[in-house]
Amino acid sequence: MRPFSYRRPSSIDEAVATVEPMGIAGQGGAFLAGGTTVIDLMKLHVATPPSLTDLGALGLDDIEEEADGSLRVGARVTMAEAAAHPAFRERAPVLSDALRKAASPQLRNVATLGGNVLQRTRCPYFRDNASPCNKRDPGSGCAAIGGINRLLAVLGTSEHCIANYAGDWANALILFDATVMTMSIEGRRELPIADLHRLPGDTPARETTLSDDELILGFRIPIPGWARRSLYVKARDRESYAFALASAAVALDMAGETVREARLGLGGVATVPWRAREAEDWLAGRQLTEETAVGAGEIAFAAAQGYGHNDFKIPLGRNVVAKGLLDAARLHPTQEAQQ
Amino acid sequence: MTIGAPVNRIDGQLKVTGAARYAADFAVPNPLYGHLATSTVGLGRITAVEDAEARAVPGVRAIYHHANPLPLAEADAFFGTGGRSQQSWEPFDSPDVRFYGETVALVVAETILAAREAAKLLRFTYEARNPAAMFDAEGATAEELPDKALSAGDIGGAMQAAAAVIDREYDTAPNTHNAMELFATTAHWQGEELTVYVPSQWVEGFQAGLAEEVGIPASQIRVVSPYVGGAFGGKGSLFTWVSLVALAARVQSRPVKLYVTREQGFTTASFRAETRQTFRLGARQDGRFTGFEHRGRELSSRADTYVVNGAEATARMYHAEAVRTGVTCVHADRQTPGFMRAPAETPYFFALESGVDEMARELAMDPVELRRVNDIDAEPVNGVPYTSRSLMECYDAAGEAFGWSDYDPDVGALSEGDELIGWGCATAAYPTQMSPCAVRVHFDVTGKVTVMVASHDLGTGAYTVLAQAAAGALGVPLAAVTVELGDTRLPPGTIAGGSITTASNVTVIEQACASIHQRLGTPPEAMNPEEAFGRFGQNAIEEYAEWIPPAAGEGAGKSLYNGRIRIVGGAEEKYVAFAFGAEFAEVRVNRYTREIRVPRLIGAFAAGRIMNEQTARSQYLGGMVWGLGHALLEKTEVDPRTGAVMNDNISEYLVPVNADIPDIRAILVPETDTKVNPAGIKGIGEIGIVGTAAAIANAVYHATGVRLRKLPIRIEDLLQTS
Repeated sequence: MRPFSYRRPSSIDEAVATVEPMGIAGQGGAFLAGGTTVIDLMKLHVATPPSLTDLGALGLDDIEEEADGSLRVGARVTMAEAAAHPAFRERAPVLSDALRKAASPQLRNVATLGGNVLQRTRCPYFRDNASPCNKRDPGSGCAAIGGINRLLAVLGTSEHCIANYAGDWANALILFDATVMTMSIEGRRELPIADLHRLPGDTPARETTLSDDELILGFRIPIPGWARRSLYVKARDRESYAFALASAAVALDMAGETVREARLGLGGVATVPWRAREAEDWLAGRQLTEETAVGAGEIAFAAAQGYGHNDFKIPLGRNVVAKGLLDAARLHPTQEAQQ
Repeated sequence: MTIGAPVNRIDGQLKVTGAARYAADFAVPNPLYGHLATSTVGLGRITAVEDAEARAVPGVRAIYHHANPLPLAEADAFFGTGGRSQQSWEPFDSPDVRFYGETVALVVAETILAAREAAKLLRFTYEARNPAAMFDAEGATAEELPDKALSAGDIGGAMQAAAAVIDREYDTAPNTHNAMELFATTAHWQGEELTVYVPSQWVEGFQAGLAEEVGIPASQIRVVSPYVGGAFGGKGSLFTWVSLVALAARVQSRPVKLYVTREQGFTTASFRAETRQTFRLGARQDGRFTGFEHRGRELSSRADTYVVNGAEATARMYHAEAVRTGVTCVHADRQTPGFMRAPAETPYFFALESGVDEMARELAMDPVELRRVNDIDAEPVNGVPYTSRSLMECYDAAGEAFGWSDYDPDVGALSEGDELIGWGCATAAYPTQMSPCAVRVHFDVTGKVTVMVASHDLGTGAYTVLAQAAAGALGVPLAAVTVELGDTRLPPGTIAGGSITTASNVTVIEQACASIHQRLGTPPEAMNPEEAFGRFGQNAIEEYAEWIPPAAGEGAGKSLYNGRIRIVGGAEEKYVAFAFGAEFAEVRVNRYTREIRVPRLIGAFAAGRIMNEQTARSQYLGGMVWGLGHALLEKTEVDPRTGAVMNDNISEYLVPVNADIPDIRAILVPETDTKVNPAGIKGIGEIGIVGTAAAIANAVYHATGVRLRKLPIRIEDLLQTS
């Protein structure tokens, strides 16, 4: 780990004023919350921030219900606290489900939601600090294309980067048109969660639309009543503590057997948290059957591109979408809410 | 009577409270800390080392590499040719890089953080070439090993006489040791005397290897390894860095402690190499096998010929009229492989037991009955009899517990809803091996007993079962016995590999205790120490005993004192000794995700006399859990372009977690074997893993109709074919 300086500001204003420009590719300053990503990458020398700005004294750790029923969730709420919160479990099980399936209890107890949505990729060529990697070392190339890419993305990739977004919770968050509340030297702003992450394109090192000193304060999540019928399917090699090979966050508004509205977020398969809007639109007004569930999966992956080892993620992703839709349709939301 | 009793481990409390000291836990005065740097090319030469930045890290004392080497002596190092080291060449012997992740430097600093930081800041310039790191790579060279082949009978005729022939290729993946305890070494010189703390399965071998590499007499070296946090073969041969640490400590005149990181453990230690096997089996209509042919290709390093040649065991499992086996070593630009739990049997029984299952399908026979038809009393290669063989008793016990009588062979017959369910079974076997060993037993008038032997408890329960052996043999309570292990100051106890410890050490302990009884004139069932020593006229007695297995041959006893291995057993001239087991698996495959889960795993094992039912059961269960990981999860992912391991961490190199093992059971089938060794004991440390992968693969076929002939079996294998 390179030497770095450590700051622990006592206010949000101070945090934003004192953080060193974060820049790209892990070279600039960094905020420190749970530390489960940044410390890990610092040990590998993949991130070499000259300073860490610890958010530990800033609060930002409440979950509140607003007058319109939206939830305001602080950025420093831990994954474990959020997963256990009745508002999530009862009103939008997908949001707690995705957290519970995301990591070991030890990680969930310290990792925070603000950090979680910014979780870095697990692409081994990014982490090895030796291979060509446009995300770590812009312009050096992408060793993952043509390399060991079983875990990497098939959606949203470019010829410069196929690193997958490794997190789970953001895939659920995007279902609800949630917003991210931030603060920078320019002031506060609120942006749609779907606008937070950037596709790799030809600048994979630039992963978000946040500015150099912008701090996530929390999330505002409007939750429709029918979100009770929601869940997170995560297909993985082992039963627990593994990254998704493919996952689907599903929320369904049903009128009998017919889909009024479907929301579909995909994980493990894309470079960013991925909303499958074409599949959602196609499902609206259709009866949900095995055939339409698989059909929605086909549409969700119509534009997918495999890179060899990860080709299977295309049929797998299709099937995970189908399973998610069918399982969600079978849910009895009132009972679920009581569990 | 304490023999066989399921008593708790006597070191259990020490371990769960953290009081047991592992190699890295020993405090030494004023240590320096070491950290390795490893190569980032898969083949080539180092043309320059820039170390200015690394030297500038405060606290850095020295940086050793090929241009600033430590004075290692020439040694015939490789254990495969009679040495003790994991590979034949010494680190820093040249600027050559032979594989990705090879040790290229050792940094020594005042703190572990400084050493680690400096190692990261070292800049090596390479003249890199494309490595041939895989079986199929251009430049990988095949070496036939005809001396290791078996041949009996007329194979062509036997295959012609068959009503059905199976001819298949089975592949297994490279696997890497990921024991909980990381590799570590501490070296401490006091004058000319060197003490080394290192996790080891073979303290005497490490001592002898160090003596050659460091260039001092073995008598000046003490190797200490009282507790080992998982070994499984990975700590069986001398690591390349141990002598480096010892020499760095000598040059620096201070103790040096080295921790090897999880990532570095993937390339600087040994591993289980990939295999490709061809398997041909002929059978008559009634199921009796005619011809048996099993050939392996195994990957090794460029310099060293290391093969496990598991066909030596598979050829002896069933009836056959003719047998052919062969093995080829494929030399590639990778590190030298080494032992990993049941090194030979784990990959080769995947082929054997998958192939037998395929034959059962071919003949429309129940797979258990096919094995019964081919059960034997003598192996088919030389017609040598088994000392004992309880294979079918194991099948019957495990099958009953599993509910095999409800087996419906039709693919998918058991499926329910969204779950494709399948059942499978497979044979497990492991050769019973033994080695010369010695012990000293001290017994005093207060009834206290001390058993001293340089054997090892790898987490297996050796402390406990050796105490049980002495307590039982002397007729004293278990609590009166203290066992001392893992220290070259003790009488030689030999390598803890090949499941030899219990059979060998219990034999010699019982021999020593019998001598004590003889000298004291006491019968074991009525031991009264005060009375016995009163009559004896002395207040303590100490007995040194040696046991040389008869098959070890002339001069084998010398191996006790020259740090060489002399393991005997398995297929010998006059007898064949194996432990046997049968494993049954139920798999469930989700119809959509194709996730493969194993809700039930039941094994039954017969291994002669059992010293402790609890520790034995734990060994079997641990083996089966690993077998599940071997079947479905474990694969060291090597990038063919560079030879780099791309999943060198336990987030992506997956092993089973608790949630993967809902219902697992091991049944201990009673067996008495009076021929195998005086103690009647067969080894149990490795057999548990042997049948699991094939049982699971066979169950996957039953569930899905997809026959998978390569490990690990993964989601994509069931998606691409569906």
